[in-house]
Amino acid sequence: MLNSSLQQLGAALRSKKISSVELTQLYLDRIATLNSKFNAYITVNEEMSLAQARAADVKLVQSETNALTGIPIAQKDIFCALGWRTTCGSKMLSDFIAPYDAHVIEQFNSAGAVNIGKTNMDEFAMGSSNETSYFGTVKNPWNHKAVPGGSSGGSAAAVSARLCAAATGTDTGGSIRQPAALCGISGLKPTYGVVSRYGMIAFASSLDQAGPMAHSAEDLALMLNVMAGFDERDSTSLQRESEDYTRDLNKPLNGLRIGLPKEFFAAGLSADVAPAIEASIAEYKKLGASVVDISLPNSRLSIPVYYVLAPAEASSNLSRYDGVRYGYRASEYTNLADMYEKSRAQGFGEEVKRRIMIGTYVLSHGYYDAYYLQAQKIRRLIAQDFDEAFKQCDVIMGPTTPTTAFNLGEKNDDPVQMYLSDIYTIAVNLAGLPGMSIPAGFGGNDLPIGLQIIGNYFDEARMLNVAHQYQQVTDWHTRTPQHIEG
Amino acid sequence: MSLSINDVYKVARLARLGMSEQEAQTAHDQLSNIFGLIAEMQAVDTNGIAPMSHAQDITQRLRKDVVTELNQREQFQAAAPQAKNGLYLVPQVIE
Repeated sequence: MLNSSLQQLGAALRSKKISSVELTQLYLDRIATLNSKFNAYITVNEEMSLAQARAADVKLVQSETNALTGIPIAQKDIFCALGWRTTCGSKMLSDFIAPYDAHVIEQFNSAGAVNIGKTNMDEFAMGSSNETSYFGTVKNPWNHKAVPGGSSGGSAAAVSARLCAAATGTDTGGSIRQPAALCGISGLKPTYGVVSRYGMIAFASSLDQAGPMAHSAEDLALMLNVMAGFDERDSTSLQRESEDYTRDLNKPLNGLRIGLPKEFFAAGLSADVAPAIEASIAEYKKLGASVVDISLPNSRLSIPVYYVLAPAEASSNLSRYDGVRYGYRASEYTNLADMYEKSRAQGFGEEVKRRIMIGTYVLSHGYYDAYYLQAQKIRRLIAQDFDEAFKQCDVIMGPTTPTTAFNLGEKNDDPVQMYLSDIYTIAVNLAGLPGMSIPAGFGGNDLPIGLQIIGNYFDEARMLNVAHQYQQVTDWHTRTPQHIEG
Repeated sequence: MSLSINDVYKVARLARLGMSEQEAQTAHDQLSNIFGLIAEMQAVDTNGIAPMSHAQDITQRLRKDVVTELNQREQFQAAAPQAKNGLYLVPQVIE
């Protein structure tokens, strides 16, 4: 059951081979036994999960089903879910019970899916290793000394360790793709605006995008079918015809043009990741694809641009945590200003405070043009590079990360080194393009390697097709870490 | 550009983040490194380039000016650190 695809689980549920309550209990038991090892979940609520499972079983009897009805899905703890503690990985929200559902949660609820728990994450999604979580680090299921990646590290570890059937994540600078790569699973960040941000706790609003994390491209497509959709409560949600993201999975890849950006294969790419990516490209050639050399000359600027724009937006978004309306309030203070300063100083962790400081500085009087405006202009240059590239190719491929998972604590004291680990993923967010990561081998240290696939705007169905065809002829995505037996 | 320790205090005050002397010193060192990383941006010629704030060039949607939110004051105030009679309680501001 644990290695079944979502399609297989759905079929087992509909044919009554297993009930949703049984399947949910199976995962709850695994979480009870194994979560102390991985720390993938912040909150589990057996009663609420089983209530949803019982409701799903009723729907299944009445045949009112969707592909995900009765299937246990883990939710990143960034999504507000009515009645669930929703912490965003922060002390600031450690006691916050969400009074409403995020749009993503509503979508899963109406599909009849079961919320199996809220997954660990970097605090306010700011981090690349899950080490900034107030609730402790997550262990990479492939090696407990290694990071799972971040910020959706709990979701990636939960999928990898078979503690859920699939999970949600969010990606502002690589937070779905990088942990997917480091934990050996598949993850997709859709085009900006495809999934509603309503009820998804804000980090950098012009970059944040939710997406699915799962074992295979086929599973991602089924998840995206549920997650995507217009929502008027998100002012940047796009009004489009709804799509079936599974529709192109089985198309052959004859004639597919793959763009390889030379900047993604230059210095900085580790000696074990490079050959795995090259081997994947060779596999694609066997499937009928051709390769085009392309260039993304401004991609090297994506990290500096990101570390102006994302903190600027974050400093504004996080000004709402004032210890007045909800969230943490310091226990002792002398006046109102002191209450704000102490509540925020004690409620936020180091990385979050660092980014609030950067953002406040770049937006402050006299610096706006030099930092924020300049970064927005270079953002356009980065997006234009992709426009040019997509005139010559259908998808872009390269590594998701420069190395396999680094060790816990390795980059903790050096924010700049930590930031550089997102070198291949950030440009995609700045351009608003869809990007995904799929398992593509193992490094010298037996840790997973991710192949990144970048598509043009709204090309998710084609990217899923491209990923699915690769997964028909390779078995990297079916590999399972040792030591995950319950 | 170089960041002074006074800049750090000023920004912390603007951001309403209490900060000890030692924290300010650490923040100063780390922020200086990060601004070193960001400085690479300054050399880029962006004359005539329009700033990009969103990936899609969409215009803001408008809706009818009608009430769409239900009154959920009690439910929302249940999450407040201190509330009384439908009001949020904060330290006294006016003597």
